[in-house]
Amino acid sequence: MPVSVNESGIPSEDTVTITVNGKQIAAAKGEMIISATDRAGVNVPRFCYHPRMKPVGMCRMCLVEVSGPRGMSLQPACYLPVADGMEVVTDSEKVRKAQDGVLEFLLVNHPLDCPVCDKGGECPLQDQTLAYGPGESRFVEEKRHWAKPIELSDLVLLDRERCIQCARCTRFASEIAGDPLIDFFSRGDSTEVAIAPGEKFTSYFSGNTVQICPVGALTATPYRFAARPWDLEQVESTCTSCATGCRVVVQSSSNQVIRYLGVDSDPVNQSWLCDKGRFDFEAHRAGSRVTVPMVREGGELVECTWAEALRKAAEGIGRAMEVASDPSSAVGVIGGARLANEDAYAWAKLVKSVIGTDSVDADLGDGLPADAVLGLPKATIDEVCSAPLVLVMTPDLRELAPILFLRLKAAAQSGRTKVIELTSVGTALGRYATETLVYRPGEAASLVAALFADSDPKPLAAGMEIPPIAGVAASDVARTRALLAGFSSAVAVVGRPSLAESTEATVAAVAALSAARPETRYLTVHRRGNLHGALDAGLAPGILPGRVTLEGGRSTFAAESGWGRVPASTGMSTHEILRSAAQGSLGALILLGADPVVDFPDHESEKALSGGAFVVAVTAHLCESARRADVVLPAAMYAERGGTTTNFEGRVTTLGKKVTPPGQAWEDWAIAAELATALGSDLGFTSFDDIAAERTRLVPLFRHFTPHIWNAPSTRDGVLLPLATAPVGLTGAPRALDPVATPGIGSLPHHAVRPPSPSPLFAGTGTTGPSGAVASPGAVRFSRPASPPDLPAPDAYSLRLVAPYRLYDCGTHVVGSAHLAALAPVGTVRVNHYDLDRLGASTGDTLRAVSPGGSHQVVVEVDDEVQRGTAVMGFNLAVAEGSVSARSLIDLSAPVTDIRLEAHR
Amino acid sequence: MSGTPRTGAPFIVTSRTGDATRPPMEEGHTLNAYLASGGYQGLRKALTMNPEEVVAEVLASNLLGRGGAGFEAGRKWSMVRPNPVRYLVINGDESEPATFKDRMLMERDPHQLVEGTLIAAYAIGAAQAFIFIRGEFALGMERVIAAVNDAYRHGAIGANIFGSGFSVDLVVHPGAGAYICGEETALLESLEGKRGYPRIKPPFFPAAIGLYGEPTVVNNVETVSNLPWIVSNGGAAFAALGQGRSTGTRIFALSGHVVRPGNYEVEMSKLTFRDLIFDPELGGGVRGGKSVKAFIPGGASAPWFGPDQLDLPLDQDAVGKAGSMLGSGSVIVMDSDTCAVRAAWRIARFFHRESCGQCTPCREGSGWIDKVMRRIEDGQGREEDLDLLMDACDNIAPGVSWPPAQTTICVLGPSIPSSVAWSIRMFRDEYLLHIKEGACPCP
Ligand SMILES: Cc1cc2nc3c(=O)[nH]c(=O)nc-3n(C[C@H](O)[C@H](O)[C@H](O)COP(=O)(O)O)c2cc1C
Ligand code: SF4
Ligand code: SF4
Ligand code: SF4
Ligand code: FES
Repeated sequence: MPVSVNESGIPSEDTVTITVNGKQIAAAKGEMIISATDRAGVNVPRFCYHPRMKPVGMCRMCLVEVSGPRGMSLQPACYLPVADGMEVVTDSEKVRKAQDGVLEFLLVNHPLDCPVCDKGGECPLQDQTLAYGPGESRFVEEKRHWAKPIELSDLVLLDRERCIQCARCTRFASEIAGDPLIDFFSRGDSTEVAIAPGEKFTSYFSGNTVQICPVGALTATPYRFAARPWDLEQVESTCTSCATGCRVVVQSSSNQVIRYLGVDSDPVNQSWLCDKGRFDFEAHRAGSRVTVPMVREGGELVECTWAEALRKAAEGIGRAMEVASDPSSAVGVIGGARLANEDAYAWAKLVKSVIGTDSVDADLGDGLPADAVLGLPKATIDEVCSAPLVLVMTPDLRELAPILFLRLKAAAQSGRTKVIELTSVGTALGRYATETLVYRPGEAASLVAALFADSDPKPLAAGMEIPPIAGVAASDVARTRALLAGFSSAVAVVGRPSLAESTEATVAAVAALSAARPETRYLTVHRRGNLHGALDAGLAPGILPGRVTLEGGRSTFAAESGWGRVPASTGMSTHEILRSAAQGSLGALILLGADPVVDFPDHESEKALSGGAFVVAVTAHLCESARRADVVLPAAMYAERGGTTTNFEGRVTTLGKKVTPPGQAWEDWAIAAELATALGSDLGFTSFDDIAAERTRLVPLFRHFTPHIWNAPSTRDGVLLPLATAPVGLTGAPRALDPVATPGIGSLPHHAVRPPSPSPLFAGTGTTGPSGAVASPGAVRFSRPASPPDLPAPDAYSLRLVAPYRLYDCGTHVVGSAHLAALAPVGTVRVNHYDLDRLGASTGDTLRAVSPGGSHQVVVEVDDEVQRGTAVMGFNLAVAEGSVSARSLIDLSAPVTDIRLEAHR
Repeated sequence: MSGTPRTGAPFIVTSRTGDATRPPMEEGHTLNAYLASGGYQGLRKALTMNPEEVVAEVLASNLLGRGGAGFEAGRKWSMVRPNPVRYLVINGDESEPATFKDRMLMERDPHQLVEGTLIAAYAIGAAQAFIFIRGEFALGMERVIAAVNDAYRHGAIGANIFGSGFSVDLVVHPGAGAYICGEETALLESLEGKRGYPRIKPPFFPAAIGLYGEPTVVNNVETVSNLPWIVSNGGAAFAALGQGRSTGTRIFALSGHVVRPGNYEVEMSKLTFRDLIFDPELGGGVRGGKSVKAFIPGGASAPWFGPDQLDLPLDQDAVGKAGSMLGSGSVIVMDSDTCAVRAAWRIARFFHRESCGQCTPCREGSGWIDKVMRRIEDGQGREEDLDLLMDACDNIAPGVSWPPAQTTICVLGPSIPSSVAWSIRMFRDEYLLHIKEGACPCP
């Protein structure tokens, strides 16, 4: 139903009119006075109010005069909803006196720390005191004293003397994050934010409390005393630490990345960031950074010039190309999800046309195949969070895509969205889900089929009990089936729930759903930041840029006006490339920001680098795989380069370049261009703009997506491709950043605070992909496998392994960020106490795990969240001396991984 | 003269005026004694009426709330949002300095409270009622709990009360030691297991959004203790006592420099403060025959009165018109030797210690005012401190008048000026003397 919208963006039937300082303004029914005045550009000072949290009306800074049955009275603008005909006065003498009074009271116990306080210079208390407060202090008594600062966690410190008891942090922790670990203690002017004795504020979202604290009470260890606000420069960017694509500002001082702050992007992160995304900037200056090219000489990597490194790389790749008949069997390329979209495009051109191999894969065996990511009908985060029913078949989203977790949690808590979760292990979302069905790992497909079957599960014979389906009780299946039947259009969030089960198992579940409910739309969540962008650029076997198949794009790209040549047939996936390399059949292997030795879910992954292939590592960090390479090419990382990135919705947003790459590190597209030259070819790119120009010319998906558009202020929330037409009118004002909601985020004068509102320009381009309006004939389509993989019957002595992601793992960004690295858990095998008791073992014991990957030592731990018959071991975690990580247990070619635990002798 | 102590226990009166049928004080808390004096007849009678008729009787009685705000009980009940679930909460948190009448009602006459509670529950249609008792009231708690248990056994509480078909459960909840939990919305938060933070009105008027979000009536212990008598004798009989809107009798907790401090139940409006303080059967005059320097007519939250207001009647509206309130019904008398600064400081210190800390003006203002007042009392004051104090009061309660405007969430904040600002207004010279002499000049 179309609704008419007035110039303030409010649907007209929900509009009321209020008078603010004598001027009539439109307001939305039910909104608080403060959001109406914000929209009208009338500033009301505030501390406790935050546009993304429920108001509490505590600080009393926002008092304004409001008409009521007993005349005008002082009321909190953040707490009183507008009513038609309401009169509001924000600038009377009475209001001014109240504001002045509140500020004076706030300063009574506030220490004179400004010169040494991190907040000094970007502090709402300073700023609003200057604008609304008393000029001088009348307070001559002794101030309140506390020991300072105290540690709430390894990341967050609290200075109680500076706290103004606004409850932003405590409300965030309990309401938004669902981690109610901090709260007020004591009362009156002894009130302090506190944590239970012996506890730590261990929340993946703790950094947000620092971001929203309106004073310098909460500081983050990675930023503490690192800079003064007036020395900071900033640029807007998009977090790529996972594929949610949260909007950030990157701040730097003296060419060093110093801090990230969350930007309020309505369709994505609504101002929040997870701690990994917020604090992994330290990886920019990690000791493991590669800053100079290196080549292997006499078994050692030695530094060299770019010219020499490129020459050596080209030689090795060229040699491999010479001996093979088909480049796809000679040269393999792994990675690309770390690149910007433009880098990825340049690399795709190098790989698929200059080198001519189709054996390139940005997915490291941990996501869904490209045809699922690109070919399933898409749903945006907003669509997922406004759907009445969402089916979630993913790993624990708090570990994989923390801010998507927050969005889904909020939707579920609002009562708007019912979440039905299918999982093999307990997740953080479970608490908020309407139904959580715990199925036997690998068997999601049969569960999905039963949930959408025409009738409830039946007993095998009359009078017999109905057997469970995939380990789920028949009654649970029936109940959930009834719930699902009540919803006509389903939205699903899907991803690889465990790296110990093959992609086929997940694809089969998606296929079952898409067969039963063809109209279902999907949010495909994957782990690596810009995987979607890499796939859009064609960095996967069988596809070309623009979500088209090799065949679909051949005429365009093989033409002289295109790339001149494309691979003849579909190449190898990462797993196949690694196997081929391990067997010695691959001539050259290029690692594009990938570390398969530790970051690929197969026990044999490291053999690939000792099979004789010539290995070129393009990398920012000297990871395990790069250490074994023949040539190491130093790449720029995150804040050292620009371009665009694409999140798992397919939303394209900008990356901000803020600092220069260290040493001789280059941007990835430049490495591609130079390598092409060294190979005797020419990509034709001397700048980003060249890449963008070619892309808009050749790729229908990007047809209207020019730098002019992505840099336009009004497209900062991103663009869902494809754009049906060239958008016009991009001159809109830049996004207003709210420096009281997020102190330090910008230098906007405070009377320009505007509530976040979605950019109307691109609304409506939400649905893309095959079912979308603009899918081209050669589009990648989701191909449903003929049948789900055959699963071995569960055997009574085995445990089926689940290897989920953990937010803090041994990835280069976490390891390279000292403050995060310390938080990464140690990898243990977690099992139900029944299973452990049976072995006579207990938490902390070292047992032998007999697995498809061989027999290895592991440390076990009791965890009754884990179902009987299941074992859980986080992927890519550090492990105790002598024991192995999950990777060593997994055989990726088997549909599931069964392990047997045995006591040592 | 009304309000004669009947029990031999000096200075304490609990009897309904002229009602000689009440049990003696010493055993009044037992079910047998209560029944012997006609206990639970009010409830039985109420159960034969329909709830609207009970409400009508209470409206007719014009019973004013005895917790502080003095709102008509019947009107409060009529305003409860229609809803399948309604709660009744009895406020027995009585923590205001010098207020001690609910304590006595709970210790000495717990069944009257229970019976009144049940009548109120029936009238408003509550299936669940709570009595929230100040945690420090050990004896009161013990006796109310015993009374509730006995009443359950007697069939007066629980399912199908006295075979009437009406059922209600009654839970006694101990407070955790905070004055602010007497404020009705903080009380509800506390009852829900949360920090005792007052809620913001609007929208959190208990009658609309109360306990667990359901419509709720909060009534004071003394308010509902009147109900058995009102139902038994009729609202008109209650309204016949007193004058104007101030009907019935009321218990005044008299304290300070009087000869006979104690609880006195007297007919409203008929006596003056002078009567209450000086009548030999009541306060018995000021200690040592001294004169009254000032008095507080309605608890520590109320603005002070001087001797010229002694002839005001004990009437809610008359006291209100004169710029203070009858409040919680506690009258504090200060004789001519009292140091006004010290007295005001002690009250300010109380509010500082009891501020919940939720809103800035009260949290920080109370502490600041406490410190300045103490400094003046200690002889370290400066002349500009008086303007400072008045202005700080103005920033909590703009205009510094009564009833107060407020920049705060609840009325605890604006209660601070009641002693500080009014004492400065009344005794400015005494403040200046402290400042000039660098010491407290009082004996
Ligand atoms: C700070 C503060 C403390 C209060 N303490 C009490 C109290 O201890 N007992 C009480 O009955 N009412 C107290 N009140 C008044 C209650 O909020 C409420 O008005 C009363 O319980 C309603 O009962 P009533 O209508 O029967 O008087 C207090 C109010 C405030 C603002
Ligand atoms: S620590 Fe900061 S955010 Fe938390 S209550 Fe204090 S001032 Fe507010
Ligand atoms: S949720 Fe993902 S995109 Fe958002 S801040 Fe965290 S890592 Fe970055
Ligand atoms: S006025 Fe005082 S007691 Fe009342 S809410 Fe505010 S801080 Fe708490
Ligand atoms: S009371 Fe409104 S911003 Fe704090």
